[in-house]
Amino acid sequence: MKKFICLAIALVLALGAMAGCASKAPASTGPKVIKVGIVNNPPSESGYREANVKDFESVFTAANGYEVQTYYSLKNDEQLNAAKQFITGKVDYLLISAAATDGWDSVLQDAKNAGIKVFLFDRMLNTSADLYEAAVVSDMAKEGETAVSWLKAQNLGTYKVIHIQGAMGSDAQIGRTGALDAEFASGAMTKITQQTATWDEATAKQIVEAVINSGEDFNVIYAENDGMAKGAVSALDEAGITHGVGKDVVVMGFDCNRWALRELLAGNWNYDGQCSPFQAKVISDMIKSLESGGSIAQKKVISEEKGFDATTITQADIDTYGLGE
Amino acid sequence: MPKTLRRPSVSLSHLIVPLLALLVIVIFNVIHDPSFFSVSLVVNNSGNTVLSGNLVSILNGASELAILAMGMTIVTAASGGQDISVGAGAAIAGSVFVKVIKSGNSSLGLILFAFLACCLAIMLFGAFNGALVAIFKIQPMIATLILFTAGRSIAYWVNGGATPTVSGDLLGYLGGFFPGMPVPTPVFIVIATGALFALALKFTNLRLYVQAVGINSTSSRLNGINTTWIKLLSFIILAACVAIAGVIRVCRLGLINHETILLDIEMDAILAVAIGGNALSGGKFSLAGSVIGAYVIQALTTTLYALKVPSNAVKSYKAIVIIALVAVGSPVIKKLLVKARDSFLLKRKAAGGAS
Amino acid sequence: MPGEIALSMKGVSKSFPGVRALQNVDFSLRSGEIHALMGENGAGKSTLIKVLTGVYSGDSGEIKLGGKSVIIKSPQGAQEIGISTVYQEITLCPNLTVAENIYIGRGKKAFVNWRWMEKGAASILERFQIPVKATQQLAKCSIAVQQMVAIARAVDMDCKVLILDEPTSSLDEQEVLKLFGLMRDLKSRGVGIIFVTHFLDQVYEVCDRITVLRNGELVGEYEIKDLPRVELVSKMMGKELDEISQIASPGEKKFEGEPVYEALGLSSASGVKPFDFFIKKGEVNGFTGLLGSGRSESVRAIFGADKIIGGKVKINGKEAKISSPIQAMKQGIGYLPEDRKSDGIIDDLSVRDNIIVALQVMKGFFRPFSKSEAERFADTYIEALGIKTASKNTPIKSLSGGNQQKVILARWLLTNPQYLILDEPTRGIDVGTKLEIQKIVLKLAADGVCVTFISSEIEEMLRTCSRLIVMRDRNVAGELLGSELTQDHIMRTIAGEVK
Repeated sequence: MKKFICLAIALVLALGAMAGCASKAPASTGPKVIKVGIVNNPPSESGYREANVKDFESVFTAANGYEVQTYYSLKNDEQLNAAKQFITGKVDYLLISAAATDGWDSVLQDAKNAGIKVFLFDRMLNTSADLYEAAVVSDMAKEGETAVSWLKAQNLGTYKVIHIQGAMGSDAQIGRTGALDAEFASGAMTKITQQTATWDEATAKQIVEAVINSGEDFNVIYAENDGMAKGAVSALDEAGITHGVGKDVVVMGFDCNRWALRELLAGNWNYDGQCSPFQAKVISDMIKSLESGGSIAQKKVISEEKGFDATTITQADIDTYGLGE
Repeated sequence: MPKTLRRPSVSLSHLIVPLLALLVIVIFNVIHDPSFFSVSLVVNNSGNTVLSGNLVSILNGASELAILAMGMTIVTAASGGQDISVGAGAAIAGSVFVKVIKSGNSSLGLILFAFLACCLAIMLFGAFNGALVAIFKIQPMIATLILFTAGRSIAYWVNGGATPTVSGDLLGYLGGFFPGMPVPTPVFIVIATGALFALALKFTNLRLYVQAVGINSTSSRLNGINTTWIKLLSFIILAACVAIAGVIRVCRLGLINHETILLDIEMDAILAVAIGGNALSGGKFSLAGSVIGAYVIQALTTTLYALKVPSNAVKSYKAIVIIALVAVGSPVIKKLLVKARDSFLLKRKAAGGAS
Repeated sequence: MPGEIALSMKGVSKSFPGVRALQNVDFSLRSGEIHALMGENGAGKSTLIKVLTGVYSGDSGEIKLGGKSVIIKSPQGAQEIGISTVYQEITLCPNLTVAENIYIGRGKKAFVNWRWMEKGAASILERFQIPVKATQQLAKCSIAVQQMVAIARAVDMDCKVLILDEPTSSLDEQEVLKLFGLMRDLKSRGVGIIFVTHFLDQVYEVCDRITVLRNGELVGEYEIKDLPRVELVSKMMGKELDEISQIASPGEKKFEGEPVYEALGLSSASGVKPFDFFIKKGEVNGFTGLLGSGRSESVRAIFGADKIIGGKVKINGKEAKISSPIQAMKQGIGYLPEDRKSDGIIDDLSVRDNIIVALQVMKGFFRPFSKSEAERFADTYIEALGIKTASKNTPIKSLSGGNQQKVILARWLLTNPQYLILDEPTRGIDVGTKLEIQKIVLKLAADGVCVTFISSEIEEMLRTCSRLIVMRDRNVAGELLGSELTQDHIMRTIAGEVK
């Protein structure tokens, strides 16, 4: 009995390890190989992360002169351990997208002492600025501001907003909620309902259904990711409420999934905010400049993020900026 | 033999608590907003005339939960434990379904084939869970922890992409409304699943075997029941329910997000079983109770949405109501109620005797 | 020798909804006496004890302890004023050690002094000569030892009144003697003991007085020397009993033809050594031996209940494979297990389901009986065996022990077996039901069914069996028939004096 429990636990751990870690074989060709250790979240986390991982895989290649080791985990302590191992393994550069913003000081100090240069990508860390070379990150609050200022520019007269939030407390939720909350507070927009669907499509649908059933009037759906926007739209469809360009309800989403951008192109949705997962190129350029004796101009680089409008989006935009399929 | 007086039935019927709960929610809503349960006909965006209203939302929204609760009831009854991997399992089932659909043109034949394929796949996982429980005697919650942990990663691996989408009229019909049919299709799927269970209980010994194994496994074996097989079977039955629930969820939206599809549904399913008056330690069971339990949970959720309870408080409100429900259904409280009723009856009897 | 009245109960009544369990019952116990409380199932013995120990509160009546009126609200309350109980079903914690079981729930302190506790336990065990270490886990002890630990625990709590509810039903002869020694020891120290048992011999061996209950009412209180056995039985049953004498020993009988069941070198993983065995049409035989001698393990091997590791089986001369209960059932073998509660009844299921389950399993998963068929089966056997139950839909757990046993018997009779194994069918049940079961066994044999009958009461086996297989140390020690079937001879075979 106990034996089997042990076996079961061992199996769980083994499966977890298999899911969590995937290391690249070292490349031995080329004149000077730059050793890079990447600590990231697993691609299965989201469409965003999948694109992010693909971006790094396509830039940090042997052909570009890199020897890459990557560790994926959603857990901060596992990420910390992996970072320590990379330091012991004497990588030249350490690239980190942390699961949590705290607890990294000592590891970064170790890296600094070992002469390893650290880059943060995607997310900021709560640490002293001299412990890393540069940070290439998204500004979620700015994403929200871009979206809200787009919405204000639509001149709808009245704004009655259904606000569907992501998992409470996540970076993306806090950032994308902020700007809209400010509008609610100032009275420029009316909050019909504000509830979390924890990124779940079906929950978003139920939230919108509840509003429709109550008979309350609304003309904007502000969903903090594409999936939830899709759920909300299916509730509108079932109730026979029109949505999209020139229709009753304005639909807004985030993340720029390719399928979501196609909805924009078809005029079914109105707006999709980008959350750029493409940081690899910027970091690679910085590393190349350091290697050739240059320096880094900017300590904090905010990824340029667009907001797409259904009336102006093109197929080329979808091909360039769309994530996934 | 002691002298017998008139003998009232000793146990409170097991359906009273969930029905009462449902009634309380209904009454609350009717008082709070008399139009809460009004149902109207609307023309939806694909030109169908369909029913719309909170009642429809509740019936429709609880479909996956109701189906899973039925399967969970059987597993609970037979094994005396619960399967916590149903959400992760639904992610796998949905992913396999999507994978097969994407290989073709979503015709009826392909949809059926895709459903069978995902059924088969998830039944294999169910059999794995069942084998750990029945053969290796691991506690169900620990055994299913494996799939609970790994399931969503496996689902990701099936399609190799984060939120693959599928489209097709027929798929839309399955997750929404068939043309000319004002009632959502998932509601019919629940009815069909319920009917299948009813038939299985009528034309096989499923109920007797499952209850016997759940109550006393040793004794059941000595009466010739293959207890290992029955436990295994219960997990396979649940797996079929998981496949159905997963497919409904995929059809509703035309995409699968393996990280969020039916997230935490296992807790709701277990709760539905408990609210339905079933002992989580196994034995006698009532499918009807669990199904009512599922609708109670959904009615509660819909009510909270309608009340616009703030995001971060929804779960706390839910928890309070659930604690109240489970407490009322607990054996201790039931015993107290029975005792109160008995002493009342005795007193009345005594008073009647005196007069 | 009889001391003053230690405990008296006057006019105690207790009703449950629909049932009057006790009606105006008086009972008294002197200090330094052993007092038997007798009665059939449903007579009100357990209710009386539960009222006395505070499990139930009586509807009316008065309890006096040492001359003072007391109100007992809970078992803990009873313990505090010196009334301790050892129940038939052992209510200790099987996964704790012996020492922990002796001391659990007694102190009010938050911390435990383990060394002191183990030392204390060891001295108690030595005082009562219980052959077990204080640090052993209770579940690993024999039932007999567990029982004695329970008594030791009760006695150590300075009780004035000790209630022993069927303490001997799982003990073998030696252990019973040891227990009696213990009881006499306690008696000489002035403890009053209420002794509930179904074994008449034991009553006459240790008791001073007898109180008889029937149908919740007091029949009478007697000095032991004034009440011969036959009268006691007739008072308990409420009718004159020639019936006991009607059950005559089957005596010497010849059984012809092929054995219905035959085993050669059968052995099982539970530890029974390879043995040969056969039984012929219409024969009743028995396995006997001390507890743990392998008598139950042997019949379990026959039924395929444990893992079979060797041997051949023939049914009616043809070789057959029996490695699981269902295979045995398909060969027409039925098995009533020794431990009714954990192996026999399916406690939450109705009487009806408990009756039909074996036949239903034989018929198959996909061929359930219709409701009317199932009810007809249940009705037939409830009537035929006189099972006392509120209805056929009552959960079996709410029936008395004897009636539960009848339901299990009905379950196997319904399968119409050619060979029926009854392991301790009469354990812990009342005299009337015991006799009924013995009569059923003889009737079955007369109808051509073969029966293997196991009982701790040798007298019972002598009345029913024409051949006895004696087990010792998991081996067959001998086979007795005809004139060898005397109590004395059996004892000596068990003890290993006869080869």
